[in-house]
Amino acid sequence: MFWEAEFLFHSGQEVRAMEVGVPGRRAFLDRLLGLSSVGTLLAIVYPVLHFVFPRSRPKGRARGAVLAGHASELPPGSGHVFPLGTQPAILVHTPDGQWRAFSARCTHLSCTVRYNQEMGLLHCPCHDGRFDLTGKNVGGPPPRPLPEHSVVLKGDEVYVAESEVG
Amino acid sequence: MTRVAVRAWLEERLDLEAASHLLEAKVVPRHRYSVFYYLGGMALFLFAIQLGTGLLLLLYYEPGVSTAHESVKRISGEIPFGWLVRSIHRWSADIFIGVVVLHMLSAFLMKAYRRPRELTWLTGVAAFGIALGFGFSGYLLPWDEIAFFATSVGTAVAGAVPFVGQAMLQLLRGGDDVTGSTLARFFALHVVVLPFGALVVLALHLLQVQKHGMSVPPGVEESGRPRPFFPDFLLRDLVGWTLALALLAALAALLPAELGPKADPFASAPAGIKPEWYFYAPFQQLKWIPSYVGPFEGEAVGAVGFGLLGLLLALVPFLDRRAGRGERSPAFSAAGVVVFLYLVALTWYAWLH
Repeated sequence: MFWEAEFLFHSGQEVRAMEVGVPGRRAFLDRLLGLSSVGTLLAIVYPVLHFVFPRSRPKGRARGAVLAGHASELPPGSGHVFPLGTQPAILVHTPDGQWRAFSARCTHLSCTVRYNQEMGLLHCPCHDGRFDLTGKNVGGPPPRPLPEHSVVLKGDEVYVAESEVG
Repeated sequence: MTRVAVRAWLEERLDLEAASHLLEAKVVPRHRYSVFYYLGGMALFLFAIQLGTGLLLLLYYEPGVSTAHESVKRISGEIPFGWLVRSIHRWSADIFIGVVVLHMLSAFLMKAYRRPRELTWLTGVAAFGIALGFGFSGYLLPWDEIAFFATSVGTAVAGAVPFVGQAMLQLLRGGDDVTGSTLARFFALHVVVLPFGALVVLALHLLQVQKHGMSVPPGVEESGRPRPFFPDFLLRDLVGWTLALALLAALAALLPAELGPKADPFASAPAGIKPEWYFYAPFQQLKWIPSYVGPFEGEAVGAVGFGLLGLLLALVPFLDRRAGRGERSPAFSAAGVVVFLYLVALTWYAWLH
């Protein structure tokens, strides 16, 4: 071991130390140098990595219900994207008069979907993802349905609250 | 001081003699495929154009969600010749990627990657990756609608990679969503990290070319003595560069760079959205991969597939063992051509639809 070698050096038996092939003072210092180099590197890399990777913030959930639009401005068979917390959501007035709201984030690669009147679907133009008006993925690459939010009508005002599962 | 004295003064400090000897010794082989040797120089020229126009754009571009779009609008509309500088930057980027692709394709078919030029190929692949990074990061900077969604999708593809995807997505976006933090990161990437990386990688690439000389394809007979690089080949390069400059000016004047409406994170993605042409192939492929491939989500399969393709590209010199031994390997070339044609077909299809 290196401390043994140190002992041999200090006791003036350097020749013996070399003969038995134990690492000497140089090897000991090399190891110290290596160790402190690694330590210094870690002391630099660790804070840099933490600086570069953002601290994950809690999702900006909307507190309570958000005014999503006015019923008079959305005839049946139309949709409207609005902010729900920090995420886009889509309010849909279905052709048969129901009000529904979903996360507007396509479950494929996170583009924002739009209400497509011709198709009668929620459509993502980025990779041709299709969802029916219940949010179910019915065509193209999206792997999951759109999470649904709850809708409350108060007179002309349409409120949407983020569902817990969403 | 006389010219001779100045020269002697410089000679003593810079060893110009050695540099000029190096230049005199540099030659370019002559054979029926030597025209492809111009592609590397052309890529270098277009990269220089990018550095020049990029530096000019930096004088007026203001990163930030509330300033980026406005400043690009100002560059295109108010600043004298701003439209020209920006349009040349855009067109030169497009053509640059095309030239780099052709440069790689010709190096592949001429088997220029074979021993001892493996590192030339590897640094070339790295430079190609950096070029794509330039395109991807630069696309977001005008902060218009299409840029916003292109970045959302591109970073989500990285996020779909199993295990490390989420960390990569956070690293790229600077958070969960594409926001001002993403813009700041992409700006830093585009104007500092990638240019620095490109210069290092290009220096290594050119050093390798200098050290090993230009590769002559196996089985190709040289026709006559090699052409001196200076001034013969360089002058021919210059002709090409002048033509390229004229083409850029014409394209910039006839089809100037556009600027879409400002990005709105709470608006639907515009209909008919497409990325830059060099991302058409992965874009089309992502449309075609179904939502599930066996037990795996389609986007994860796509993301891993693109990564593997990049890895295969980098490993070409080590996979083509026959060429490494100096033997013919037409099957390997054919396999590469099939992959290339598939990518071309995807690009073509995305173009038409």
